[in-house]
Amino acid sequence: MMNTKDSQISDKKVGLFVTCLVNTMRPSVGFASVQLLEEAGCSVEVPELQSCCGQPSFNSGDDEGTRQVAKQVIQHFEHFDYLVVPSGSCASMIKKHFVEVFQDQPEWLTRAEHLASITHELLSFLVDICDFEPKNVSLDGSYTYHDSCSGLRSLGVYEQPRKLLSSVEGLEHKQLTASTECCGFGGTFCVKYTDISNAIVGEKTENIVATKADYLLGGDMGCLMNMAGKLNREGHTEIKTLHTAELLTGQRPEAMQNKAMENSGGNDASK
Amino acid sequence: MQANKPQNFYKNVSEALAQPNLKAIIRRTTDKADAKRAEAVSNFPGFENARTQGQKIKDHVIKHMDHYLAEFEKNAKAQGAIVHWASTGEEATKIVMDICKQHEAKKITRSKSMLGEEIGLSHALDHSDMERIETDLAEHIIQLAGDPPSHIVWPAMHRSREDVVKLFRSNHKSPTQSEEIIDLVRSARRDLRTKFLTSDIGISGSNFLLADSGSSCTVTNEGNAELTITPPKVHIVTAGIEKLVPSMAHAVPLLRLLTRSATGAEITQYITFHNGAKREGDADGPEVSHIVLVDNGRTKMLADGMEEMLRCIRCGACMNHCVVYKHIGGHAYGSVYPGPMGSVLTPHIEGLEVANKQTHACTLNGRCEEVCPVNIPLPKLLRALRAKSWSKKYEPITNRFVVSAYAMLASRPKLFQLSSSMGVVMMKLFSRKGWIQSMPFTSGWTSNRDLIAPESKTFMQQYKKQRKSSNTAEKQQ
Repeated sequence: MMNTKDSQISDKKVGLFVTCLVNTMRPSVGFASVQLLEEAGCSVEVPELQSCCGQPSFNSGDDEGTRQVAKQVIQHFEHFDYLVVPSGSCASMIKKHFVEVFQDQPEWLTRAEHLASITHELLSFLVDICDFEPKNVSLDGSYTYHDSCSGLRSLGVYEQPRKLLSSVEGLEHKQLTASTECCGFGGTFCVKYTDISNAIVGEKTENIVATKADYLLGGDMGCLMNMAGKLNREGHTEIKTLHTAELLTGQRPEAMQNKAMENSGGNDASK
Repeated sequence: MQANKPQNFYKNVSEALAQPNLKAIIRRTTDKADAKRAEAVSNFPGFENARTQGQKIKDHVIKHMDHYLAEFEKNAKAQGAIVHWASTGEEATKIVMDICKQHEAKKITRSKSMLGEEIGLSHALDHSDMERIETDLAEHIIQLAGDPPSHIVWPAMHRSREDVVKLFRSNHKSPTQSEEIIDLVRSARRDLRTKFLTSDIGISGSNFLLADSGSSCTVTNEGNAELTITPPKVHIVTAGIEKLVPSMAHAVPLLRLLTRSATGAEITQYITFHNGAKREGDADGPEVSHIVLVDNGRTKMLADGMEEMLRCIRCGACMNHCVVYKHIGGHAYGSVYPGPMGSVLTPHIEGLEVANKQTHACTLNGRCEEVCPVNIPLPKLLRALRAKSWSKKYEPITNRFVVSAYAMLASRPKLFQLSSSMGVVMMKLFSRKGWIQSMPFTSGWTSNRDLIAPESKTFMQQYKKQRKSSNTAEKQQ
């Protein structure tokens, strides 16, 4: 299992920033993240004192609110070697935008810059830093992938999840038309402009359904909840929406097959 | 159609989304533009370098705006042009209208210009006793329809061929019975050509103002800008001060970016550099040449830290690639400039208080910045406008309350965890088979989609419990 670019990865302490959506709506993504990071050889800690990355404040233009939220993230995570987030948009918030709100506060700016330097999105961290390759995972079926905007454009997450998923035996990729086009979530946008958001996600689900894939995968809970919620409302219950980490670990009943594999402990990919 | 207002954005959006064919009509243009741009960029290996170069040229001019404005004025005057300065749109329109009156003009030909729209020139001409004749075919179509433009490059993109057939049949003197494009173009030509050749004054915009020569550059596909320059005795250029470039050598790299980003073409049919009034020995050209340089909020943008927006070369790529624009179209924005660039510009023209809703109508997905030929960080600028709107308390009180309450909780992790656990308990009450179809205060979400129901406990609750039991197990061992 250990095959790492950062040869001393096991000496490094990883703080997992769970994100508010994973914490409340989808804990299995958090457990899957811990599992994957440990399989990649990291020593993982989940600080109890954590809340949210502050995007609702930042995207609403409330800079003072953003600073308040950002300060506690900095305080509780700056001592780690790495801060890892199972979400591109939250990772981008911490990595790219915290520094923007501390331009007039030099001491906090330095701390925000340090935090930015250790912050990574989960799937790209596993590939780029840990050189991790999932082993003995198999799942009969097909998936299509939605590339969430912040991860894609702000952090360059595109190849990494595909690379991880290519290690899953039996799993076939079906290309999603306009996979890099926004799903219409946009945080507060989707409730503020619910009708525009609905029109956008409606087009996205049309493309998803057309792939006839068994699984819709992504790396951001917000976008996944948006697309899953629309698919369910439209009656497309045949498509199971999962965070990539959930599929890679079998942390959800929908992807139980590979968990069963893991329990049997075998290298046998046949079912 | 009546022009929408920016302050009625919510209503405009509802109306746009209710139009059954709007999306298909928009897509007909934007999908083609998107594909052709992608092809043009892939055929231009130096595109990324060109973008950086384009950005640097614009940034240099913006930084030394005072110098280049003075240089342009000096050289334009030397070419025989009369240079005017207008600090507002009203001032600019008044200068133009006064010139028209002074020459007792009856017929005015105009070449498509967004600056002209911005300063309200079409409106002013329509409310005078002069006849406004549009030389751009799409502008002619929307003039007949009474529509404002819906896109900065394709102003009539919201009109179908069927619409054009109807408009031409009821407005042209000898209309065609055919519905073929070539026959429709001929019908317009029959109606307009004589007017073009007999107009008193021509008004055009400008794509680039060249400081070292005092020339103005226009970029068209129909040669229509030339129709406003050559036949009439008087020519007026109206241009925003951000159109300045130091020289021809700087205009060309920007031209290469502009045409590829706008239509995917390597070059347009007509690119004209024109210099002041007709001189002795010149074969043609206007006897009198005016240039009206317009500020209208631009220096304020510079002062307000929005200088990156002044790089804009008006290609329209940001709107062609915007998921929001592609669903609501240009008219919904209620302003001259729609889409991402419009949502940044309009608050500086119409005021942030009336145009702040548009700054929120964006998912901050970053696609516009990715395709911008001069690297304008549009999401960053939109976010900065939201911050300004927040600090000026323009945001609705309910939004302010919810967002402030969130920040209060999220900056106190213990309290945040507690309220998250309580939220999970609440949500479980409304869960049916793993989904929530509706619950109080979530209609923004559940009116259009279901909500994934949470598991029984938060991650943190489950994780703590797990750690506790594994610690106990370790101790027992």
